Amino acid sequence: MTSRREFLVLAAAASALPATAKAQIDPNLVANRKAAFQAALKNIVGDAKVTPGRVKLTLPPLIDNGNSVPLSVSVESPMTQADHVKAIHVLTEKNPLPDVVSFALGPRAGRAGFSTRVRLADTQTVTAIAQMSDGSFWSDHAEVVVTLSACLEDGLI
Amino acid sequence: MARAVVTVPPRAKRGEIVEIKTLAQHSMETGFRRTQNGELIPRDIIRTFTCSYNGVEVCRVELHPAIAANPLIAFTTVATESGALTFRWDGDNGYTVTEIAPIKVE
Repeated sequence: MTSRREFLVLAAAASALPATAKAQIDPNLVANRKAAFQAALKNIVGDAKVTPGRVKLTLPPLIDNGNSVPLSVSVESPMTQADHVKAIHVLTEKNPLPDVVSFALGPRAGRAGFSTRVRLADTQTVTAIAQMSDGSFWSDHAEVVVTLSACLEDGLI
Repeated sequence: MARAVVTVPPRAKRGEIVEIKTLAQHSMETGFRRTQNGELIPRDIIRTFTCSYNGVEVCRVELHPAIAANPLIAFTTVATESGALTFRWDGDNGYTVTEIAPIKVE
């Protein structure tokens, strides 16, 4: 049987563990992620303005398993030679890399949209950006709650 | 070994928008995971996917480590003429898979 003293020692050791684990996380992680997201966004849109609308990003709001999350994007567009969607980009805030997928298409696609399965590391906001043939950018956001993160030992905030 | 499955309707009406589903067998190793000894497992992913319809490119997809294992990509195209759809996946460590699906347009 465990004595009170042994129990206290064990309890103290157990409570000390998360503290040491936390100490290994880069203290600038949040700032770095934010900077990486901004850099990825700038890489896609440059200095152009992104307007919310015309894009529809569909993701389940509550995700049990972040390793495989169905994601689909559709964009309102006639998809003609003169007016079509050139590319659709998906970005995340808190994944180790902000880029998820870049889908380049043209009038031959018929309908502007695609679906795939992604990995999500944490509860976060996912952004979809569509680039039109006239050079304008449109976007949509989806807030998701992830209960089991995609394989990541470090880097969770 | 490298395998891929594509779903294309075998026949379609001219001008009809057809749905295409593609699935490649690949672990999509992110490069962020570690072994039990703490060593990083190197990245091994499919980087690009392209679909062309009788030689005309329909779409080109850039994949990143945030795409789930066995990447599924579903999209649409306009059935313009009879012929073949060519799908191509390219990735790290020389991964290349090409799949061809015929389509008959009436």
